[in-house]
Amino acid sequence: MSENALLAIDAVLLVILLTTAIAIARQRNLFAAAMMTGLFSLTLACLFVLLDAMDVAFTEAAVGAGISTVLMLSALALTEYRDHPTSRGQHTLALVLCFAVGALLMLAASEWPALGDPDTPVHQHPNTAHYLEQSREEIDLPNVVTSVLSSYRGYDTLGEVTVVFTAGLAVLILLLGVRKDDDSEGDA
Amino acid sequence: MTPKNNSAVLRVVTKQIIPMILLFALYVQFHGEYGPGGGFQAGVIFAAGFVLYALVFGLDNASRAMPARALFKLAPLGVLLFAGVGVYSLLHGYAFLDYTAIDPHDPVHAQHLGILLIELGVGLTVFSVLLLIFYAFAGRRRADSLTHKDMG
Repeated sequence: MSENALLAIDAVLLVILLTTAIAIARQRNLFAAAMMTGLFSLTLACLFVLLDAMDVAFTEAAVGAGISTVLMLSALALTEYRDHPTSRGQHTLALVLCFAVGALLMLAASEWPALGDPDTPVHQHPNTAHYLEQSREEIDLPNVVTSVLSSYRGYDTLGEVTVVFTAGLAVLILLLGVRKDDDSEGDA
Repeated sequence: MTPKNNSAVLRVVTKQIIPMILLFALYVQFHGEYGPGGGFQAGVIFAAGFVLYALVFGLDNASRAMPARALFKLAPLGVLLFAGVGVYSLLHGYAFLDYTAIDPHDPVHAQHLGILLIELGVGLTVFSVLLLIFYAFAGRRRADSLTHKDMG
């Protein structure tokens, strides 16, 4: 695909992303807002595909657009569907805060190296060369991402699974409550 | 979460789609070494299949197909499988999570086997934790029907 076509797709996706974000912020119906976070994640997944980050895009689509939207909706089913209007003072404060943080992020982003720049520390690090060049011999898997995640950095992945397990446990304890005995109303 | 007012079209289409979702999840699980994906994504997709089933056919039917009791066992099993592979390497004189221990004569094959096992552990834990959280959210209104009998 030509450079211009890619740029156009990027621009369209970013516009959709921005529009969705503004729509979520303005939406009073929280069910609609939750659905739109799914759309936001799906657009983000498309952007990750354009950046050749297939595994990340896959996760974003499955978790962000799929499961977390459903979880958000089920959480909403337990509370109220509609947002209550907030005072103008809070609006201004939130807007100022948003722009301040946004400006800081933009400032930080201006220091970023160009996409795919071979001179960045990530590409210069000896580990990168090792993963990309030796993994064929040592692990022999076409998907280097899997080789890195599951073998070279298996320890990190074990930590992540433990985090998922522990976080799930914490959520379940919060939602189900801890019952001391059958008569108590711990999970009410 | 009441299945009563769902149309026949929705129910028929869902029944056709769910096997494909689960099959795709298994493909992502065991094909992650060759294409994008792996245990994490597979676990999420597998859970999504059951979530869809619960949304259309009700939580009671879903907990009959995949009881919370079983999920409570699968979640720690995944972590234990992952950590167990590491301990296995330790006991055989290799570094923690050095898969060479599984098949010292063929280190590349050992890597493949080790990755298969730990990805399975990841998939099991992610699947059961996500589905449990969904069950807990969806069943909260009817706390007496789910939390006491199925989750107890």
